[in-house]
This record gives sequence, structure tokens and C-alpha cells, in this order.
Amino acid sequence: MYGGGYIYDDTNNNNNQTDDAQKLEAFEARIAAGEKIEPQDWMPADYRKQLIRMIEQHAHSEIIGALPEGTWITRAPGFRRKLALMAKVQDEVGHAQLLYSAAETLGKSREDMINDLITGKSKYSNVFNYPAETWADTAVIAWLIDAGAIINQVANSKGSYGPYCRALERICTEESFHLKYGHDNVVFLATGTPTQRAMVQDALNRWWPPIMHFFGPSDKISVHTETMMRWKLKMASNDDMRQKFLDMYVPKIWDLGLTIPDPNLRKDEATGQWQYTEPDWDEFKKVINGGGPCNKERLAVRKMAEERGEWVRKALMKRDEQYITPLA
Amino acid sequence: MKSDSTIKSLDPRITRADIPKDEELKIEIAPLDQWQTYEVFHQTKKGDHHVHVGSLHAPNPEIAFLSAKEQYARRGKCVNIWVVKTADIFSTDYETEDMYENNSEKMYREAGGYKVMEKINKYKKEHKKPEAAKNEEVKS
Repeated sequence: MYGGGYIYDDTNNNNNQTDDAQKLEAFEARIAAGEKIEPQDWMPADYRKQLIRMIEQHAHSEIIGALPEGTWITRAPGFRRKLALMAKVQDEVGHAQLLYSAAETLGKSREDMINDLITGKSKYSNVFNYPAETWADTAVIAWLIDAGAIINQVANSKGSYGPYCRALERICTEESFHLKYGHDNVVFLATGTPTQRAMVQDALNRWWPPIMHFFGPSDKISVHTETMMRWKLKMASNDDMRQKFLDMYVPKIWDLGLTIPDPNLRKDEATGQWQYTEPDWDEFKKVINGGGPCNKERLAVRKMAEERGEWVRKALMKRDEQYITPLA
Repeated sequence: MKSDSTIKSLDPRITRADIPKDEELKIEIAPLDQWQTYEVFHQTKKGDHHVHVGSLHAPNPEIAFLSAKEQYARRGKCVNIWVVKTADIFSTDYETEDMYENNSEKMYREAGGYKVMEKINKYKKEHKKPEAAKNEEVKS
């Protein structure tokens, strides 16, 4: 459950194809009336393009997101935690499958999406370019990154594109276990020995900046938000989702006596809004463009998996197979 | 043996996999590498309809069943699954959806097309039994 609020976009690459004004009007009226758009329906070229990019990046995030957590499967403390972590990682990979299928209904083949991932053309959620240094990192990821993803995904499951909404609903059901599992692990460490507390505090300190990046740049500098929201591709702005996350989880973190590494973090009682230090967006851009601590490893691992599994996929291929875009 | 040219990771499984570092990407996933698509229908309870839940890629029905179980029956109830090659499904266009509309000319096919209460009430009023009529007079 890794869909970040932030969808990477090359703003110089906007589609200038013009759509039939009459069809566009009817399309927007359907969305305003709360109808779902299905794959066979007419849709503006830009709607299709944005959706493919959005769902594809979400799918890649699920698959790459399995890597930092997977790091600790071999060394999970105890058999029950090992089983639970394996189940969670398997869920994430399954989510990628569901999302690739949803993206494919829009006309981009799965092979093209995988190629764009392993060549670095498509992005994925930036948080997964950071390492999970200790067991406590997996606890913080499972609790807080999944919490952020749930906020984003619950909102977007009420969006306009049928196949994506349905995939998100299924994904959210599974995510609820991740959140509980992550919380349980954090609580266990935070209520444990001084060493365990220090370990989880360290992990939180490391993960706080990526968590604040997770929802994407501030609405002030984020492009596209207006059309994306009118077309119900995005159901809440980056800042609104960040606020909602802070509202729900900062008190829970403070309840455990843990501290958050931002001296300016506080809730303004008058406005009900959280104040915080503006995240470092230059760092964010650097990492998303390949300069993070794990970008190279993530892609190399993904590529290795595709390469070393190729013979199995080929062996199972049949001569008469034909590709048909999935129906819904 | 590990050399400096392979990736050293926090994940021992990745370190063991001897993945070359900084290697130019040579692999390209060819069309149909991920096989054809199947549509998945599941039944949550015996006696219910099978409902379409999504699609998946598989080289044959056996693997389609395996993936369907992992992707669409991981949580919640499921008692039965159908998989059908997408290519074998024929569907109508939403553009022609008006052909399914029930129009007012076909009210003879609807329960709501038969309104008898008005006639019954009118009949009852016109054919009131004398006693009943008397009783009503007393009441009022």
C-alpha cells in the first residue's frame, strides 16, 4: 500500500492534443454527477495519459516498496513476525499486479510499463529510495508509510476511473492489516527496553523527512492539481492529505513518548492546521531523479529479477498466445 | 566469491545474488513476455452469482487459477473462481446502452404497469352494502 500523493510529472511534456469540446463537456458532466468512467468510454487524451502515469507509478511503488521491508525477512525477530512480514511483502507485490492490470485497461501494455521502470523512465514513490537500516525501520514503514498510503488511497478510491477505484478498494482492505501490524511493532519497541526505545526513535528520526515528502510538494508549487481534481483523478490536495496524516498520527506518536525531529511541529489551535518546517524539496528532487541512497540498488534488483526469471516465462509461453487489452 | 563489482546490500539475499553494479541495462521485456490476459470472476458464497473482479496475466488456466487465488482471494470469503481468456469475451459497447432501456411503451411487462386499486375503490364505493352504509351514518 504505497501510493504516494505525489505523482511525478515532466511539466514540459504536456499533451497539447485538443479534444472534442462537446464530448469533453459530456465527460465532465458525468464525472461531476459522480459516475465512474470505464475503459471503453470516451475520455480526454490527457485524462488517459495522467491516469496511466498515476496508476503505473503506484504499481511500481508497490513492487519497489517490497524491497526495503523485504530486507528484514531473513532477520525478523521471531517466527511470527517473520510470517507477518512475508505476508505483508507478498500483499504489496499482489497490489502491484492489481494496479498494473488497472493501468493496462487504458492501453499501455504491462511489458512497456516494466521496461519504463527498469530503464528509469517511470518513477515510483520516493520513500523507497531510502534504506531500512534496522528492524525498527520496517516497523516505522509499515505503520506510518502505510498510514500515509491509506489516507491517499481511501481518498482516491472515490475517484472517477472504475478499474482504479475497484483495485484501490481491494488494496485498502489488505492495508488495514499492515497498519495494525506496523503499529504493533512500533508499540512493542517503544514500550520495551531503553535500547529498543532508542532504536525506534532513531528509525523515526530517519523516516520523518521522507514521510513529510511522501504526499508531494506543497499545493503552492504543485502543478496540475486543479484539472486532476476536477477530473477526480486526485481527490485531495497534497497539503490536505499531509494535514490529515499529521492530525491522525502525530498524537499517536506523542502518546508513546517518542519525539518528532521537527522543532516547529505544532497544531495551531486557532486554525486547526499543523505548522511544520517546510520539507527540503531540493533533496526530494535530487532523490527522485536518481540521487538517493538506494535508487541504483532498487533498479538493479528489479532488473535482475526480470532477467533471471525470463527463461521461466519463455518456457511457459505458447505459440498461439495473443495479447488483448483487459476488459475492466 | 564477492567482488567489488557486485552490489553489497543491507539485505543479505541481495548481496548473495551477485548482482553486477553499474551495469548498463541490457534487458528489454518483449511483447507477450507477461503472457496473455484472463478475466477473473469470483463467487463469495455458494448460491451467489460469480462476479467479475479484474484481470491477470497467465500462460494457461492452471497458472491463471493460482494467480487469481493470490490476487483476488487473499482476504475475505471466496468459494469458487472462474477464469476466462479476455480474448474469449464478447461485449457490447456502452454507446449502444440505450437498447437495454425499459421504455414507457413496455409497461405491460412491469408490475407497476397494472394499477387496480383505483378501480377496486371505485367499485366498492358504488356498491356499498346497506348495513355498512347505515353503520357509517351512525358513526358520523
